[in-house]
Amino acid sequence: MTSSLRLMLSSAVAAGSLAVLAGGAAAETYIVITHTAGTDPFWPVVQRGAEDAAAAVGATMEYRHPSAGDLVEMGQLVEAAIQQNPDGIVVSIPDADILGGPIRAAVAAGIPVISINSGADVADSLGVLMHVGQPEYEAGLAGGERAKAEGVTKGLCLNQEAFNVALEQRCQGYADGLGLELNMIDVTNDPAEIKARTVAAVSSDESIDGLLATGPHVCEAAVQALTELGLNGQIHLGCFDLTPGVVQGIQNGDVAFAIDQQQYLQGYLPIIMLDLYNKYGLLPGADVPSGPGFVTTENAALVLDLAGTYR
Amino acid sequence: MTTETAAEPGKRVQDERIYARPFISRMMSRPELGAISGAVILIVFFLLAASPQMFSLGGLFNWLEVCAQLGIIAIGACMLMIGGEFDLSIGSMIGFSSAILGILIVNGGLPPWLAILIAFSLAVGIGFIIGTIVVVTRLPSFIVTLAFLFLLRGAMLVSMRLFHGDTQVEGMANLKQTDFFAWLFGGDLFTMEATFVRGGRENIIEVGVPMSLVWLFVLAALATWVLTRTRPGNWIFAAGGAPNAARSVGVPVNAVKIALFMLTALCAAIFGAIQAFDGGAVDAARGNLKELEAIAASVIGGALLTGGYGSVIGACLGALIYGMVNLGFQYTTIDGDWYRVFLGGILLLAVAFNTYIRRRMTGGAE
Repeated sequence: MTSSLRLMLSSAVAAGSLAVLAGGAAAETYIVITHTAGTDPFWPVVQRGAEDAAAAVGATMEYRHPSAGDLVEMGQLVEAAIQQNPDGIVVSIPDADILGGPIRAAVAAGIPVISINSGADVADSLGVLMHVGQPEYEAGLAGGERAKAEGVTKGLCLNQEAFNVALEQRCQGYADGLGLELNMIDVTNDPAEIKARTVAAVSSDESIDGLLATGPHVCEAAVQALTELGLNGQIHLGCFDLTPGVVQGIQNGDVAFAIDQQQYLQGYLPIIMLDLYNKYGLLPGADVPSGPGFVTTENAALVLDLAGTYR
Repeated sequence: MTTETAAEPGKRVQDERIYARPFISRMMSRPELGAISGAVILIVFFLLAASPQMFSLGGLFNWLEVCAQLGIIAIGACMLMIGGEFDLSIGSMIGFSSAILGILIVNGGLPPWLAILIAFSLAVGIGFIIGTIVVVTRLPSFIVTLAFLFLLRGAMLVSMRLFHGDTQVEGMANLKQTDFFAWLFGGDLFTMEATFVRGGRENIIEVGVPMSLVWLFVLAALATWVLTRTRPGNWIFAAGGAPNAARSVGVPVNAVKIALFMLTALCAAIFGAIQAFDGGAVDAARGNLKELEAIAASVIGGALLTGGYGSVIGACLGALIYGMVNLGFQYTTIDGDWYRVFLGGILLLAVAFNTYIRRRMTGGAE
């Protein structure tokens, strides 16, 4: 008993001295700013990745997103972050026209910036160190090519955020992969409306034999819609991003594949890279693609446990 | 002085205040008139312009479900607007209460009935707090409920991350088949068999009548009865139309308003439960912007932003119009994104029309 007490005491002392050491080295501060008003189940996984990385390198991480999902507000968040003079900013770039100015200002102020998720095509021109993400268009293209190989002749893209350029790129890639014109509808974020709009689109155009859902909650509502029409498994359904519900859909055969961009890496890697950059000036030579990875019936079980938390 | 009336004791003199107005004139001054004619015109329009699938059994109940869900919160919003206040926190309340429901069931392991009871009590309690703040501080309900729009959405996200780990609570998908209370909100009253023809292939599909429609009819009937047949109904009109005059004749204006805020919160919680049990999951975008849709439906249905005037039936018809336009465009060859433009136009038209009707009714007085 006394030995365990001594162990606890000594470890407490060790932890205390570590904290003092970390404090003495002035813990680095990183600010992570992403789009979407915290409402997409996708982002908490990124946030978790950034938190874990910050804990691993002993840095402070602050996660921010625009309260109304407004990109102008997001630009203001970047400007506000510059005023704090952090050791690095990690930012997603859904629209370079709106966010380009604030990001250039951060770079001009000498703050290292790494972009994540969307914005791979503009990262270089804005002076961003590097980009960690899934090239949206290429991911959509891969999805479209796969769908075509699996027999789809006319596809429809279900987009839940009509204003989001990245989601439209997924749809454009899907259409190009199929070798067709862009065919896309705005399904909103409301589950009843997603379902009703999918039913409407599929029943009023009989030639549609493939769907691409650009979000996991859209995917789940689309499965419900197809099930109601008795078309689940008959109409090819591809989905972006993973949740337990999507993986369940894959295992049931209702979803043909899900495109996983492994967004945990988009939270985790930039913090580690900024830390290495600040400490030793190290930086990878190229952008890091975190995805796409396909999840199908073959690897669904493996992914199921981690969906929503690390996947 | 009284000899004339006393001369004929057996004959009642017709009071000129209670003369019977002609039927047409009565109909022309109903608050629902605009919404009824709008709905009829739209049904005819979509019957002609949209794919027949829209009015097939399967198609019909699909978009009616969207209308029914919106109608439920529009009833609450409309009653509150008649009472002279309005509530911008409805959408966030939907998100918050359904998140609590999901967390209690999935992470807390509570039986659905208990989770529903707790989530609904919480929602109604917050409605009480909102109402109390409004009547005690006399701040405009716009500001107070705007604060709760942010507050509740934030509370939803924080509690989801804290208790669940991420912002999508899943794992209630099968409850509506196994649990009575889950069925009561997310299930189907009964299902019918229908044939769904696509690409020359016939599918026998099951078309369910969603419980949301039942909730809508029950709530609409109750609310209409209270508004038009009971003393509290008169209080609501009085509290919204002329609160000071109402106070001086003894109407408990504050209590009426607080009760109405509790009602809108309850309607939001019912909406949240319906979506949670129907889809089996709750995500953080749940209920986003629904407060504005509910207000739009009430206004299309004839309610006034200034209070004292409106109809629950009208609000339900407003929800019908909203849902029909929202989804009807998907059945036409017109680009679906036009529906927002169209809705904005309808909203403006409805307000102009309803104001005109009301001026006629009140003889030009404001």
